Amino acid sequence: MATATERTAGAGSGRWSAIYRWIDARLPVTEFWKAQMTEYYAPKNFNIWYYFGSLALLVLVLQIVTGIFLTMSYKPSEAEAFGSIEYIMRDVEWGWLIRYIHSTGASAFFIVVYLHMLRGLMYGSYKNPRELLWIIGMLIYVSLMAEAFFGYVLPWGNMSFWGAQVIVSLFGAIPGVGPDLVEWIRGDYSISDVTLNRFFALHVAAVPLVLIMLVVVHLSALREVGSNNPDGIEIKKHKDSKGKPLDGIPFHPYYTYKDLVGVGVFLILFAGVIFFAPTLGGLFLEKPNFEPANALNTPEHIAPVWYFTPYYAILRAVPDKLTGAALMAAAVVLFFFLPWLDRSPVKSIRYRGWLFKLFLAAFVVAFIGLGYLGMQPAQGSYVIAARVLSVVYFLFFLLMPWYTRVDKTRPVPDRVTYHA
Amino acid sequence: MRSAAFAVAATLAWGCALAKEGGGEGWRSWHVANDVTNRASLQQGARNFINYCLGCHSLQYMRYNRVAQDLGLTEEQLKTNLMFTGQRPFDVMKSAMPAADAENWFGRAPPDLSLIARAKGPDYIYQFLKTFYLDSGRPTGVNNLALENAAMPQVLADLQGTQKAVFVLEKKDEGNGAQMERVFDHFEQVSPGRMSAAEFNEFVRDTVNFLDYVGEPVRAQREALGLWVVLFLLVFTGFAWALKKEIWKDVH
Repeated sequence: MATATERTAGAGSGRWSAIYRWIDARLPVTEFWKAQMTEYYAPKNFNIWYYFGSLALLVLVLQIVTGIFLTMSYKPSEAEAFGSIEYIMRDVEWGWLIRYIHSTGASAFFIVVYLHMLRGLMYGSYKNPRELLWIIGMLIYVSLMAEAFFGYVLPWGNMSFWGAQVIVSLFGAIPGVGPDLVEWIRGDYSISDVTLNRFFALHVAAVPLVLIMLVVVHLSALREVGSNNPDGIEIKKHKDSKGKPLDGIPFHPYYTYKDLVGVGVFLILFAGVIFFAPTLGGLFLEKPNFEPANALNTPEHIAPVWYFTPYYAILRAVPDKLTGAALMAAAVVLFFFLPWLDRSPVKSIRYRGWLFKLFLAAFVVAFIGLGYLGMQPAQGSYVIAARVLSVVYFLFFLLMPWYTRVDKTRPVPDRVTYHA
Repeated sequence: MRSAAFAVAATLAWGCALAKEGGGEGWRSWHVANDVTNRASLQQGARNFINYCLGCHSLQYMRYNRVAQDLGLTEEQLKTNLMFTGQRPFDVMKSAMPAADAENWFGRAPPDLSLIARAKGPDYIYQFLKTFYLDSGRPTGVNNLALENAAMPQVLADLQGTQKAVFVLEKKDEGNGAQMERVFDHFEQVSPGRMSAAEFNEFVRDTVNFLDYVGEPVRAQREALGLWVVLFLLVFTGFAWALKKEIWKDVH
């Protein structure tokens, strides 16, 4: 592609460049490539935290491709779903690999997205002028949760069934319309063949379309405002005579090749799980899901997959179902308001005071702690711990206007710090 | 000196193993230590399963010829050693027992075991098969430590012999005052089986090993391939890193 661009610019000869020029006169290929890649200037001081955006894109593509192949052999019916997964695992050529890539990819997606979000928290990437970029990102996250939930039901294992039962029943806590709403979502009086069929439609068509569209919008917004960086400095403030940011480098070739290293490291870990621990000790594929759905046999502990357990712990920390469900929703919704909750004059954690660092550290501990507690039975000291950590979780957001304002910040340098 | 230390360590390990195999709750930590790459054990296990289990328990996701292929058997060996009820090699391993009759006889149809090792873990099956004990209160005459009030009779009694479970009363306090509770202490052999304890352990281990393989037939192939994939990715990442360094040379 790059060589083709150069050729057009240099008006090369030969049949291939003639074809390229013909296309380029009718479709803005070169223009698009320049705007997105060779003339999109990114700060040169990205660190390890800046790999996860491109990795999220990689995992999205992997999920779509493997998902298409799974759809060719999967049967979305109560009678056949569970068996068709085993058919994929045993009789379909390379079916096991495609299925493990997809099931591991689901967890990898959340790992990458959580780290991507934490990067945003650390370096204030949600702050002016990137508020909308952050909100679009949050919409991607919410869509991803829906996608993961619908997908988890499809293997029709016992945890698929009971997980769906629990999550869908949460809507029943809404006063008035609750019970009717639950019936409307399920399309039946319980989780059944009808539910499985519609969740399949949502998982393979509706939500992926929304996801892809949002990712395109997310990237467009990023190209408009430009990437933030670990210093939280706007590189557009210092430009050379040609209007190029002094601290910026073209995304291609610099970050395309740098991200390739990130892709390599990621794939080593990813392949490690796929080939040597595809269930990751019951974390990525839960044991009860190797038994077919059974309405008469509840698993010992119903727990969602690890990426939902922080919210599940918040839900169970509250004795009242409606309040619990409302708090669980609030735990996600609060992220949307971060750009306006944060009153700090600086973006990056590098120039913030100890108060912000303390609250962010407490939040990360609370999130991981709640994730652990969400996998444990809801009893005794586990519930107490979940309540304490839930309070910490919410205080991070609710006290943010205060602690970001009073926190002592350090002066932000003019130019980014970079050591070659 | 070194060998002395080794002897001490070995004795300690042996002592721990004895304590584990011994009374109390020790059976909960019995570890099957099976190896799905051990073909001889898998072949033995397949034979055990077909002779003792397949009468009631199906493996509805496992085909006979896949077993033969993975265990290194020819179709001839498969037919003469493992197939007795007139199926074709590509058939799945279904029990001949009608489900309705089974439910009538045992109270519930014996579950399909294709994925039992993945759902419960191999250690569970090992513990289950070894902890049947006489209990005249049960319709089958036996009960089980790993699965209380199991519907399954002690199919392997002929090999293991029968044993009686000795319980003791223990004071337990779980927050709501001390209560006396019946806890398992140890087994006592009542009648001997055709096998010694060690032979029986081996028999169960092979059978569990086979079930572990059946849970995910591709596992050995998956791990073997994974090594090459990770090796390739290491080389790939090395090249990618060198390329990145070269391209970033002019960034200051």
